[in-house]
Amino acid sequence: MIATAPSLPPVIVLDNLVKFFGRFAAIREISAEFAAGRLYVVLGDNGAGKSTLLRIVAGLMEPSQGSFTLLGAKKVRDVAHRVGYMGHAPLLYDELSGMENLRYFAGLYGLQDDNVGRQAMLMVGLDPDLGRRVGQYSQGMRQRLSLARAVLHNPELMLLDEPFSNVDVHSAREMAAVLGRVRDQGKTIFVVTHQAPLMEGVADEFVYMAAGQIVDRQEVARKVAAAEPALRSAP
Amino acid sequence: MTTLTVTRATLMKDLRMEWRSKDAINSMLFFALLVVVIFSFAFNPTAEESRQIAGGLIWVAFLFAAVVALNQTWARELRNQVLDAYRVSPAPPNALFLAKTVGNFLFVIVLECLMAPLFVIFYELRSVGPVWQLIVVALLGTWALVVNGTFFAALSIRTRSREIMLPLILFPISIPALLGMVDATTSILTGEASPDFWVKMLTVYDVVFTAICLLLFETVLNAE
Repeated sequence: MIATAPSLPPVIVLDNLVKFFGRFAAIREISAEFAAGRLYVVLGDNGAGKSTLLRIVAGLMEPSQGSFTLLGAKKVRDVAHRVGYMGHAPLLYDELSGMENLRYFAGLYGLQDDNVGRQAMLMVGLDPDLGRRVGQYSQGMRQRLSLARAVLHNPELMLLDEPFSNVDVHSAREMAAVLGRVRDQGKTIFVVTHQAPLMEGVADEFVYMAAGQIVDRQEVARKVAAAEPALRSAP
Repeated sequence: MTTLTVTRATLMKDLRMEWRSKDAINSMLFFALLVVVIFSFAFNPTAEESRQIAGGLIWVAFLFAAVVALNQTWARELRNQVLDAYRVSPAPPNALFLAKTVGNFLFVIVLECLMAPLFVIFYELRSVGPVWQLIVVALLGTWALVVNGTFFAALSIRTRSREIMLPLILFPISIPALLGMVDATTSILTGEASPDFWVKMLTVYDVVFTAICLLLFETVLNAE
């Protein structure tokens, strides 16, 4: 059940992870390992614990019990520069333009080169010269820019929470294709979504959650040719 | 990436956003203007009476006006949950706090510069003591207000009625600073006593509370 690439240490190791909100257990004793260089799609009903698990791994929440390692580190902060997180909300300033947003967030990762933001915007299909403020963007454009923000520092691990919500089918397919290309560069990606069909062409593994637990993991046929992360071109 | 570079980047971002929206400065100005005009008509003091009461009046007006801006400090970070983007980044938490504090400091200083002539006109203020001392008191007093205000605004962002919570927490802890500001200002305006003691007290207050806020901010930022 646990899929781990033989040559690489797992990117995430969860050990008996539990998260309570008051008396409600949102995450119940999850133990699992996730290999590097794969695209995982996390599925489950509302309240299954998908977003909570992602927020814990991103360092936005502390687990109530248990522990986890991320890229070999016990503290998320130690590897924060190697992780990209896209939340359910856009995590962008409405009052700034797309490039102004990316310039600021790049600065938080010590990246001062404007080209970084431009490349990220181009990658998600947005025009870097668009002077319009994010508050005036369509929902699809916001989601694309949010994805650009999450990937602009070229992280090894990406945690994406509902990246396709409120996005039209065409844009969502384009975003899924972008994620596939990023994975092909050797990155590890976790996508929490309710739109499994969108990811069928690019996913390596579907992770099913219910009632705060991982109940099933299914590898996708297409990943057979691409299951050797070490063989993929390095970024 | 140093604390200084992130502080500067965050400060510039906040100033740009404020320049575009003018949310904080407009609401502060409107509030302070109301206080000046209403108190002026309510008391109608003579020049001598003005010197006696102006210290209290000025600082109470600035304190209340500052709270309006402080409440909006973190609101921008909560919209679209942008604060999460900062929290997952490797940027030092204290850089965010310093940028917010310096930003608020600049907003309140701008307010004070704009309101000072109105105080002089409406209350016929003439300082008996040296005016440069008023500038020192204004700088120290404003920092005292905003450093605690920014910290407690961050502390109350996850509470349901944060706009009420902030003054409830901030005002009691600001009383020593407020006392220092009012007495120092009155001493300078009337020329009856030296403001040295109050200036020293304000300096110590600023140093102590800045240090405490910097020590505790990371815990506040990551509190669930």
